[in-house]
Amino acid sequence: MPTIFIDNLPYEVKEGKNLLETCLSLGFDLPYFCWHPAMGSVGACRQCAVKIFKDENDSTGRIMMSCMEAVKEGLRLSIADPTARAFRKQNIEWLMTNHPHDCPVCDEGGSCHLQDMTVMTGHDYRRYTFKKRTHVNQYLGPLLNHEMNRCIQCYRCVRFYREYAGGTDLNVFGAHHHVYFGREKDGVLESPFSGNLAEVCPTGVFTDKTLKQHYTRKWDLTSAPSICQHCSMGCNIIAGERYGKLRCIVNRYNSDVNGYFICDKGRYGYEFVNSVSRIAEPLIRNQPVEAVNETALMRHLEGLVTQFPLVGIGSPRASMESNFALMELVGKENFFQGTNDDQAYLERRMVEMLQQDGLPGVSLKAIENADAVLILGEDIWNTAPMMALAVRQSVMKTAADQAVQQSSLANWHDAAIKELVQDKKGFLANITVADAPLNKLATISAQDCPDNIARLGFAIAQVLHPVLPPVSGIPENDLQKIQLIATALQKAERPVIITGSSSCSETVIKAAYNIVQSLRATGKDAGISFVFPECNSMGLALMNVPSLENALERIRTNSDCTVIVLENDIFRHIVPEKADMFLSRCKHLVVMDSLHNRTTEKAHVLIPSATFAEADGTLVNNEGRAQHYYQVYMPFNPHIKESWKWLDKIKKLKTPSAGRSALHPDECLAELESVLPQFENITGVMPSHQFRINGQSIPREPHRYSGRTAMRAHIAVSEAKPLQDGDSPLTYTMEGYPGIPPESLTPFFWSPGWNSGQAVNKYQQETGGALRNENPGVMLFKHNKDHIGKFITDYPDPFTPIPGKYLLLPQHQLFGSEEMSAYSETLSELIPDMVIALSGNDAKTLGVTDGAMIAIEKNEFSYPLPLKIRNDLKSGIVLVPAGYQAMPYFPWGSWVKLRV
Amino acid sequence: MWLVFLHLFHKRETIQYPEEKVKLFPRWRGRIVLTKDPDGGERCVGCYLCAAACPVDCIALQATEDENGRRYPEFFRINFSRCIFCGFCEEACPTYAIQLIPDFEMGEYNRQNLVFEKEDLLINSEGKYPGYNFYKVAGIDAGIKGKGQGENELPAVDTKSLLP
Repeated sequence: MPTIFIDNLPYEVKEGKNLLETCLSLGFDLPYFCWHPAMGSVGACRQCAVKIFKDENDSTGRIMMSCMEAVKEGLRLSIADPTARAFRKQNIEWLMTNHPHDCPVCDEGGSCHLQDMTVMTGHDYRRYTFKKRTHVNQYLGPLLNHEMNRCIQCYRCVRFYREYAGGTDLNVFGAHHHVYFGREKDGVLESPFSGNLAEVCPTGVFTDKTLKQHYTRKWDLTSAPSICQHCSMGCNIIAGERYGKLRCIVNRYNSDVNGYFICDKGRYGYEFVNSVSRIAEPLIRNQPVEAVNETALMRHLEGLVTQFPLVGIGSPRASMESNFALMELVGKENFFQGTNDDQAYLERRMVEMLQQDGLPGVSLKAIENADAVLILGEDIWNTAPMMALAVRQSVMKTAADQAVQQSSLANWHDAAIKELVQDKKGFLANITVADAPLNKLATISAQDCPDNIARLGFAIAQVLHPVLPPVSGIPENDLQKIQLIATALQKAERPVIITGSSSCSETVIKAAYNIVQSLRATGKDAGISFVFPECNSMGLALMNVPSLENALERIRTNSDCTVIVLENDIFRHIVPEKADMFLSRCKHLVVMDSLHNRTTEKAHVLIPSATFAEADGTLVNNEGRAQHYYQVYMPFNPHIKESWKWLDKIKKLKTPSAGRSALHPDECLAELESVLPQFENITGVMPSHQFRINGQSIPREPHRYSGRTAMRAHIAVSEAKPLQDGDSPLTYTMEGYPGIPPESLTPFFWSPGWNSGQAVNKYQQETGGALRNENPGVMLFKHNKDHIGKFITDYPDPFTPIPGKYLLLPQHQLFGSEEMSAYSETLSELIPDMVIALSGNDAKTLGVTDGAMIAIEKNEFSYPLPLKIRNDLKSGIVLVPAGYQAMPYFPWGSWVKLRV
Repeated sequence: MWLVFLHLFHKRETIQYPEEKVKLFPRWRGRIVLTKDPDGGERCVGCYLCAAACPVDCIALQATEDENGRRYPEFFRINFSRCIFCGFCEEACPTYAIQLIPDFEMGEYNRQNLVFEKEDLLINSEGKYPGYNFYKVAGIDAGIKGKGQGENELPAVDTKSLLP
């Protein structure tokens, strides 16, 4: 650990870092713009100037950019030096010569890095009397607002968009002080990570367009730490509320999961919370007045739950607490997963592999640090966008690391490394059903049917571990690919294999399993990552209960039941006839959900449940990491309650003497842990609801929160007592512990002088590292390094098309396939068209061209869609968008007929 | 006693309010109003600075935009039963919209009547600071002036040109 002297005081610092991050890690306030902990240094903005001295006798020194200087033993620098300060102040003054007089109408105001840095350097009055340069804005789609006048030319946007996220349609144009950051012409930004520009941009050039529709300053938001609900990655987010409406989602740094960024589905999918089609009141159908109050509802339910046997249908998008509360209410033998047989089986297999066969599941961070990645049969760009971003980082970092090893450059020297790397890339093999955007990065990419993908995988495993029986009949041109992939995986130190359930094939998962086990058998530290379909699919699969079809069977034998469906649209999981049959046979159907859907339409009793923003809950992400999300606000509508609270009330109706008083989430989790041992330690996700720091709760509102005595004054001028729920150590006020709370309870990032999200560096142990007291969730799987499970040797036969039949596979879309984000009005604009995709050969055989209507048929099921010919598809496969609101559930993975 | 007697002949300090009105100076901090710009548009741009500055948190508003992108408050509420007339809101206002005027006659029997909404606050005048229109000096185009047409602005950059 070298010692450096800052303003003549010695500090022990970490080697290999630059001076800027070192100073920030030590807690100094040093202004910067172009540097970003995730993107390294380019030295473009000239803002982080410090004075560096030759030795202790040197009193003149020279001004250097701290982000471009490496830490050296005995280095002497001064932050407080008057010349360095004057330089930084002057630099801001120049940047501000063209900055418009916009702060009052700028959405960045109050969380603006430029404001913070200007105040930090002390520049206050404008001395430049000449005119300001101006720019015309562009339309960049429904997600981001563009206001180019505010630009300070730090280049962060293009560095993030092009280099970090791999987008191509945002660029820098023009020259000198006319440089323009935008698209070639107006149009929707293509990258699914474009929303991050709002956080990456240090000023208000790119701002969240959905926030603009109900604009609120950061200091006025009631925020809470939350977990994204739109895929299985479990990205950490901060959700902000004002006046009873959810206003925005921003990234919450978690060094193990999402780091500094989130995808657009996570950032903009929140609008469903504010939807007008929210279920607002309990309904009892088929009576003169359907909307009832809680008392009437409970009276009605009392009969239903005491006089009839109960059946509970869980949900992969409901929290652990809610699923467990339902299981407790109906009993484990009457509790069913809300997913179909095939899906539940695949999920079960993946869980078993992690739980029993010792497969090491890896985090997004570990994927970023992997040096070879193999993707088998999963379109992660659409099913887990943040994983795709992590894979991209792995590819770029591997190339950069190799370049760095051959030179004396430090790894943060971004521009120099890019120059050195040119277009070299790390190893990525992307074997999917259809062409995917990640193929641009891939060393090897191939498209094939799931069974052939699996055979390819088995063959790779066989090369890696020759003890395994060989896979016969591999085509000649695949052999070379297999050899290349196997060699790359063998050479790598930290290979990662990614697969998932979206190819609807167990054999693909088995092949991935074999590859990881063979790598481990040869002593490699290989990791695996399974992609699950929904935010709590893993949690539900871990509960190990039968699938939806078993519930159907139960109803068929005894329809005299009360069925309770928890936050689940049955029509998304089974074909319509079966769903209709199931729902119509139930004697009593009680549905709890937040939004109206096809299942709630059929409900006899409908109970409004809270969305993630109005609820406390725990989710288990794809690697088995349990994370807790906290209630952001208590809805004004008293009927909206967390499902687990409703279920607890219903349980009291059934067994009044049970005396169960678990009303707080931590107590629910403790009970879950005691009933289901696979959830051991899950209580560690959150501190007890009685946790206090120095006797103080943690405020959800910043100390500058405004309007307390006027917000509700139009209803009643006397202020009501602040709301309290007692479910967590967080309060709904601005009073409480003013310091930095434990990491998992951080409702917002703020530090004196740091109002923007960049304040996160004050929360980190070192910049870009873990947060102080970080609790990145509880890992439910214990990875046993020495245990290597059995290899799988029942290889599938090669895929042979059946004449006249086609294998139906889902095409997941980033926007549209996930249930809740599809309700978001903004994202619904971006949902791709519904088309059926066929290979060129198949289209020729059928004698159809693009746009022809083709019906998918199986038994009585028939659904017509326009055709799109895709030459990346193999013959015998038909791809249909999955999970669209307007579309029924298709029998994925089965053979269907097509009618022209 | 003599002193008291002498006071009988002094000029009286007491005024016969309400028959006789108090003389208030222009900078007297009384009732809060929202003013309009010289072109008759609402001056308030809904920046929330007054609300943030308010020590008793008695200002609540919600910003919204018209079709040209001009920001204005959707609602603007002041709870005068909490207001301490400190004038911080006026100081914080970047557009001269919120102003304290020399009027204190706001007595009410019912406290609820002291909650003023935007229609109660908005006056048809520029108040103490005539001649200022924020949107003419701001960088955004909110339907008042185009990009590069403001007083302190150069014409919008042609990004295709490389000329200096």
